[in-house]
Amino acid sequence: MKEMIKKQKELFYQKLREVNDINSLEALRLDFLSKKGQISALMKELSKIPNEKKKEYGQMINSFKQELSDQFEGRKEEILNLQEKLMIENTESYDESLPTKNPCGSYHPITLVQRELEDIFESMGFDVEDYNEIVDDYHCFEALNIPRFHPARDMQDTYYLTTPNQLLKSHTSAAQNAILRKYGPALKESGRPIRAVFPGRCFRNEAIDASHENTFFQMEGIMVDKDISISNLIFFMKTMLSEVFGREVTVRLRPGFFPFVEPGFELDIKCLICGGEGCSSCKNSGWLELCPCGMIHPNVLKHGGINSEEDPFEYTGFAFGLGLTRLAMMKYGVRDIRAFNSGDLGTLSQFVSR
Amino acid sequence: MYISINWIRDFVDLSGEDIEKLIQRFTLSTAEVEGIEYKGKDVENVVVGEILTCEAHPDSDHLHLLTVDGGNEVYKVVCGAPNARAGIKTAFAKPGARVGKLVIKPTVLRGQESNGMCCSGKELGISDDHSGILELDESLINGTDLKTLFPIEDIIFEVDNKSLTNRPDLWGHYGIAREFAALTKKPLKPLPIMEDPYDGPERVPVEIKNDTLAYRYTSLRVENIKKHESPMEMQIRLFYCGTRAINLLADLTNYLMLELGQPTHAFDGNKITKIIVDTPKESFTFQTLDGNDREITPDTLMIYDNDTPVAIAGIMGGLDSEIVEDTDSVVLESANFEAVCIRKSATRLGLRTDASARYEKTLDPELTMLAAKRFIKLISDIDPDCRFVTGITDVYPTHYPALTVEIDKAFVDRYTGIDISPDRIEETLNALGFAPERNEESFICHVPSYRATKDVSMKADIVEEITRIFGYDNFEIKTTRSPLIPAKTTRRRYEENQIKDLLVKTYAMHEVHTRIWCDPDELRNIGLTPEDNVRLLGSSDEQDTGILRTTLMESFLPLIYNNRNYQPDFGVFEIGRAVHGLNAEGTADERRMLGIALYSKTKNEKTLYIEAVGLINAIADELKHEKVSYQKTEPVHVWQHPKNTVRVSIGKTEIGMLNTVHPKTLSKISKNGVIVCIEIDMDKLLSVEPVAFAFDEPSRFPAVEYDLSLLLKDGVRFEDIEKCWQALEIKALKNVSVVDIYDAELVKSVTLRFVFCLDDRTLTGEEVQEHIDAILEKLSGIGVKLKA
Repeated sequence: MKEMIKKQKELFYQKLREVNDINSLEALRLDFLSKKGQISALMKELSKIPNEKKKEYGQMINSFKQELSDQFEGRKEEILNLQEKLMIENTESYDESLPTKNPCGSYHPITLVQRELEDIFESMGFDVEDYNEIVDDYHCFEALNIPRFHPARDMQDTYYLTTPNQLLKSHTSAAQNAILRKYGPALKESGRPIRAVFPGRCFRNEAIDASHENTFFQMEGIMVDKDISISNLIFFMKTMLSEVFGREVTVRLRPGFFPFVEPGFELDIKCLICGGEGCSSCKNSGWLELCPCGMIHPNVLKHGGINSEEDPFEYTGFAFGLGLTRLAMMKYGVRDIRAFNSGDLGTLSQFVSR
Repeated sequence: MYISINWIRDFVDLSGEDIEKLIQRFTLSTAEVEGIEYKGKDVENVVVGEILTCEAHPDSDHLHLLTVDGGNEVYKVVCGAPNARAGIKTAFAKPGARVGKLVIKPTVLRGQESNGMCCSGKELGISDDHSGILELDESLINGTDLKTLFPIEDIIFEVDNKSLTNRPDLWGHYGIAREFAALTKKPLKPLPIMEDPYDGPERVPVEIKNDTLAYRYTSLRVENIKKHESPMEMQIRLFYCGTRAINLLADLTNYLMLELGQPTHAFDGNKITKIIVDTPKESFTFQTLDGNDREITPDTLMIYDNDTPVAIAGIMGGLDSEIVEDTDSVVLESANFEAVCIRKSATRLGLRTDASARYEKTLDPELTMLAAKRFIKLISDIDPDCRFVTGITDVYPTHYPALTVEIDKAFVDRYTGIDISPDRIEETLNALGFAPERNEESFICHVPSYRATKDVSMKADIVEEITRIFGYDNFEIKTTRSPLIPAKTTRRRYEENQIKDLLVKTYAMHEVHTRIWCDPDELRNIGLTPEDNVRLLGSSDEQDTGILRTTLMESFLPLIYNNRNYQPDFGVFEIGRAVHGLNAEGTADERRMLGIALYSKTKNEKTLYIEAVGLINAIADELKHEKVSYQKTEPVHVWQHPKNTVRVSIGKTEIGMLNTVHPKTLSKISKNGVIVCIEIDMDKLLSVEPVAFAFDEPSRFPAVEYDLSLLLKDGVRFEDIEKCWQALEIKALKNVSVVDIYDAELVKSVTLRFVFCLDDRTLTGEEVQEHIDAILEKLSGIGVKLKA
């Protein structure tokens, strides 16, 4: 019996050495450890052994079985490691510097700037509104205190339609009246201040060149409540513009004339490029003219149904206008304004995100 | 407009002021200054020199050899000026002098020594005359530094005209000086004037026939004017302020205009007997003093001498009555005309003059008399022998009402948000001419005539006057006390943003902006013409320009053509406006549209079309959790494909159209590409109420999948077979998906995967088989059989 076990052991080790892959290892395992395998055969031989020796040989067979199992596991591990190593060796080292095809769409740069501003304004409690591109004389001019014969109303500046009393809006201010009327009741009934911005596309009859467009975007904003003051306006503009430019800006106000505000201002910010020292961007003045603003003219508030004839200053407010197209040019360093309406995908596809 | 600090100093004492800082304050308080120029700094050691002798240069046909008395000594000078001659006094730059960029040194010219230079006005920078050397008054003492005689040194700043549009009072130096006086808290000196010295009955007859267009006409006649050249000081000022000295009378009118902002006109006294101001009955041609023929229409206000037109009111005089060099008698016009009429006439004539630019700002009619008296003062100072042969005629039919505005400190505080003392308020209002009547902390302001034509009329205007002089830089800035109430994103904006994100991020499309009007050339290029629609005014029916687009595709199809070589596959979209003709009131029917165009050179049209359907379904699913239905329709536009043009609806709401492109148009855009168009009316989409999103609890019991491969007959649509199992309303049928579609020439088949599941128990195999049998029976009803 002893001899048989020894023989089987030798046979096993010999075969194990020959085994090089998982499949033949499994075949070897079955050869020895399955029910019809060599170990089972040894167990059968045990029955022929005298009883007093049975225990001893039984233990020998069992320990042999245990040894075999351990060997199999060890060998299996070795083969797997070897195979993995081989796989790794055979694997190509990939070239991540290869140009890739990126299924990437793009936003129009105006959308990107507009959204950024809308987010800022929403965070400051402003409703974001929208308005038609085709408006009437009342909304574009009369409700804004622009007198009947104001040059802005001339044919050479504004696109009138052949339909009765219709024109393409020449500024986003054309929405002021509708917005005052929309939010006025809540102001008067529950004291909810009017805070709204309204981005939109505007049209002016201009010859197009690198810095002039007849189709461009503005974003206008208004705030109306009791006791809104010039001091509030300056504070707000400074805070808002610091958000827009992502850093503290210095603002200054100059008198500026717009019929729908009184007083009206031109707001300058200290040049962000030279910090006020003077450079080519600010034409050496140290200041960049950025946005017109002012206290909403009493006539505009009256037209908007906010104040009565008897108390034209019951509510006061401010308004400001931002040139979205100009901000987009500043933000992205676009030198030719014609890029925006070019429809040229080579140009526009660059604007994948903010 | 150029402003001379010397001129301002005539009216305000600026001694001790930092001029540059003051100009900076002017920008912040009044109007934008575009630049500052220092004049005369580059002229040094130029003196009065007398030419004692003048001989021809032996080696030159134009040079002269001069001896010049420069005061301290006599200099030999070579000079090329044609007017150089013995006996005249001129500007002489001595050796070592500086004239512009030149430093004068002793030199030799064609063999003759030259020690110094006689200068022209241009060389000194005080005129643009380079025809000869300056000829100075004989009484001047040789050797006197020119800078002590004439105001060659000056500071000139340019004010942006656009920032003066609402300030008619700032179109002359006197008005600007008033601002400087307020800014420096110094008094404004009165304008030197002279009352009409004539004492008799003669007047220039003036008749205003149209007093809605002519508000005031002031006139007088002066004769025996012997001086024809204006004084050097005046010439220099005029030149520094951007005009050119011409002759005394022309210079005087320019000087008055630059000083007061009031345009005046000098007619040749011999050509005028009676002034009539009126509009013509019919059009005619008129020659203006610049020598051009102008077409005058009946809405142009004219000045006549009796029946003869002599000037276009407020714009330009006529050639026939123009002042010439030796005119010795003059009829002065100092008048006020209606602003819009002047602006429109000037625009119509294409003739915008310094005068018309001022009139269109709505000038103060009170200025006409002031200007006339200032004219009397100036001309009698310059030419004391002139004779005033009439008194001043003053026809003043149309007055502006006198305006008063009441304001108190409390209002100023509320509107400004800061505390400005009543003394400060009073001081500013006084300085600006508002003559405030103060009662404790309230004021009655009398708006001065020069601010009352349109600029100042109410309390907010007065606040501006106070604050701009106070200085916005001095404002303490504060946040509002208004409650902060969170803003809600409107559904409209939400949907726009979601669609843009979906199209950019999931479908890798490009957002574009296209114009609201058609480009006829670009459309013609692809065989299309703009569709009949609302037009921009001024574009006639014969032209196809200025037509607003009816659909975004009128912009997109040319855009695809232009980008056809950009990439083999791309998609573009825009949320923009189109005009669907007229609505019931006869006005343009503006629609907010989403336009999408897909283009591909690598996919076939069917694949691209099905992708587009998927895209629309995704939008509906994203925004509304709803299914979309499609209805084949006849094409609405010529570029739509007759077979694959469909109306897109969610529920009962039709939201837009989907189509491929007619081969005729497609072949013009791309030889080997295909295009699919989608157009969705954003407001119709917005009107679809979104279905509330409901969570579907997954069953705890196992689902059974069952695949069926079906043979399809030609013409059977998926929705036909879909109806078969939908009609059975099998509760356990959770989902049906397409595993595979086989689409060969003759055989079409589809493999579907049916998923069955119950929420409360496990389905039995028999139950599933029953459902499948029922479905197959329904399918065979429309001729669809299992694939063998």
